[in-house]
Amino acid sequence: MDKLLLLGDEALAQGALDAGISGAYGYPGTPSTEIFEYVQHSKEAAQRNVHRTWSANEKTAMEEALGMSYTGKRALVTMKHVGLNVAADPFVNSAITGANGGLIVAVADDPSMHSSQNEQDSRHYGRFALVPVFEPSNQQEAYNMTFDAFALSEKYETPVIMRLVTRLSHSRAGIVRTNQLKENKINLPANPNQFMLLPAFARINYKNLIEKQKFLEKESENSKYNVYHDGKDKSLGIITCGLGYNYVKENHVEAECEYPILKICQYPLPRKLITKIVDECDEILIVEDGMPVVEEWLRGYLDNCLKIKGRMDGTLPRYGELDPARLRTALDLEPYPIKEVPTIVKGRPPELCKGCPHRDTYYALNEAMKEYEPGHVFSDIGCYTLGFLPPFNAINSCVDMGASISMAVGAADSGLFPSIAVIGDSTFGHSGMTPLLDAVNSKSNIVAFILDNSIVAMTGMQDSAVTGRVEDICLGIGVDKEHLRVINPMKSHHEENVKIIKDEINYNGVSVIIPRRPCIHIVAKLRKQK
Amino acid sequence: MKKDIILAGVGGQGILSIATIIGFAVVKTDLYLKQAEMHGMSQRGGAVESHLRISDKEIHSDLVPHGRSDMIISLEPMESLRYFPYLKHEGWLITNITPFVNIPNYPEMEHLLKEIKGHKNSIAIDGDAIAKEIGSPRSMNMVMLGASAPFLEIPFEMLEDGIRAVFGRKGEDIVKKNLDALNRGRDFAEKHIKK
Ligand SMILES: Cc1ncc(C[n+]2csc(CCOP(=O)(O)OP(=O)(O)O)c2C)c(N)n1
Ligand code: SF4
Repeated sequence: MDKLLLLGDEALAQGALDAGISGAYGYPGTPSTEIFEYVQHSKEAAQRNVHRTWSANEKTAMEEALGMSYTGKRALVTMKHVGLNVAADPFVNSAITGANGGLIVAVADDPSMHSSQNEQDSRHYGRFALVPVFEPSNQQEAYNMTFDAFALSEKYETPVIMRLVTRLSHSRAGIVRTNQLKENKINLPANPNQFMLLPAFARINYKNLIEKQKFLEKESENSKYNVYHDGKDKSLGIITCGLGYNYVKENHVEAECEYPILKICQYPLPRKLITKIVDECDEILIVEDGMPVVEEWLRGYLDNCLKIKGRMDGTLPRYGELDPARLRTALDLEPYPIKEVPTIVKGRPPELCKGCPHRDTYYALNEAMKEYEPGHVFSDIGCYTLGFLPPFNAINSCVDMGASISMAVGAADSGLFPSIAVIGDSTFGHSGMTPLLDAVNSKSNIVAFILDNSIVAMTGMQDSAVTGRVEDICLGIGVDKEHLRVINPMKSHHEENVKIIKDEINYNGVSVIIPRRPCIHIVAKLRKQK
Repeated sequence: MKKDIILAGVGGQGILSIATIIGFAVVKTDLYLKQAEMHGMSQRGGAVESHLRISDKEIHSDLVPHGRSDMIISLEPMESLRYFPYLKHEGWLITNITPFVNIPNYPEMEHLLKEIKGHKNSIAIDGDAIAKEIGSPRSMNMVMLGASAPFLEIPFEMLEDGIRAVFGRKGEDIVKKNLDALNRGRDFAEKHIKK
């Protein structure tokens, strides 16, 4: 069979399609977006009518996927690591209900925070919720594992996390398709109480979940993805997680690695294999991309097993993405000679595109805010976050999706005037509506800008869930019609826009201003549609 | 055979098409390939890089290790220098010399050229000028791919096939211009090596 050249994200998606999913659910977020987009653009998915519309946020996506699992069909839900925080409630509880049809939660972590607010490690969530985790080390494994993850999910009636990291998500390699399974038919849970988490039933389910763990551990011990490679030199044993294996191997292309290596790609941890390598070797080096999750578990709180080396004792960097060269000293290898970056090279941060509607919004906002001290503008996540950089210096916060409006409410409660929120349309649909409801209910003195560029631009042009409905939503929430203002962010409207902003700042209550102009990258497409 | 390549440029200049074309060529052979790219935040006028690894043996890491790159192909002169820590001492630095100035503190061109020429094996080529000459300013990236072709150890025809496959949808004229750009880049590099 021909090789397909696929990103790690796409390999997982192809695996899910071939394993017979009936639906993909998700909310965009780098580096996970391409998993969903692959399903969305797949001809097969269209022929089979696999569900493939973006959800409003990760929580709704997770619940929708759980609903499909309830009916006995296989479902995939995709998100970036911080998305799992948003979906944490249904996720943790889905471990208690368990799955019926196979349920994979594909989460892409972003060590080094290439495009994220933090580098949290989703393996923590797996252990926290008692959910097994698969962590592919390459594209073919991402494809193959999807079959095994669905099978495990159905065998033990549990959701399964597939954890990717940026380097695998966004790296291409040739993969071979191996199998094509039929979709499941509707088959409701045999136990009618399975999804009823009333305390009486939840206690029973939780007990079952705990009992399941020893079987899941056994699965890990026998998994083809957890492999013990013996080595002659037992002065060091290496435990690798996911991509860590590649980085160790990369340093041994000329000569085989002399040390035993335990390659771990399936969790819960395979206890017997770990005990074996720890007993056999004098010292243990743990190589994992992301947080020192396994290292922390093995060290324990007292950390009295002195033979462990890794990110926590400084052998490897405490944070940030690993790369093969960084491992060399830990492996007792000569570092490669490395040329310095010449000092004349300057940073080149990303910027708002020329002609971007957000630019004109910020010019107008800055002018209206001239008379106040800096520090009044709470913003959010999206292209418009770049308004922090010069020449705009227009915003003062970016925390998590939706936090702009809620933080502005809290600051206004505290007496800050003016208190301004700046949020994108997709972010508003994701998590901005509920804080706006709070604002209306407590008659907060805030001005919320909802920047409507008709698209989710930051993550590469996905459909925004609220396009065409922003005003109706705000009115429905209870925003006063008089103080719901739509403006055209264009140079030619600058004066008028500044005046509207000033008027709304001076209104004591909730104002919403909607600067509306499409992202310049979709203008042509919108014209064609008309 | 083993080639570890860093592709460098500014978001929007077209490094991903270079990666796609090489990828297209390689996947038809028995060679292994890994290509890591950056998506998201870095697309908007910021520095972008892609790691491309080709080998006749299995490739482990998706990233080129620091100090091990055989070649930097850069669409922008300052960006070519940013990835020095990847480049082997004797690796090739192949760069376009038309600057993309979107920061206030962009360095002097002569200082950049001095650094570029200071590297043992370098090819500095005005990719933008050549692309304009053939009436296709947007094909600068294909000029640069052409300039690196003599070092790639991939049959030139396969790169041409890659261009046909990637640009085919956009019509015969665009394909022709990009093939032209590819050839012009290669000719420049070959002349330069002989000198
Ligand atoms: C919980 C969570 N999910 C997803 C993301 C990734 N993400 C960052 S911004 C963004 C959407 C931005 O869209 P919009 O608000 O419409 O602004 P635009 O980029 O179009 O200006 C997404 C999906 C995130 N940072 N956090
Ligand atoms: S992609 Fe669109 S929204 Fe984002 S900066 Fe560019 S023009 Fe603005």
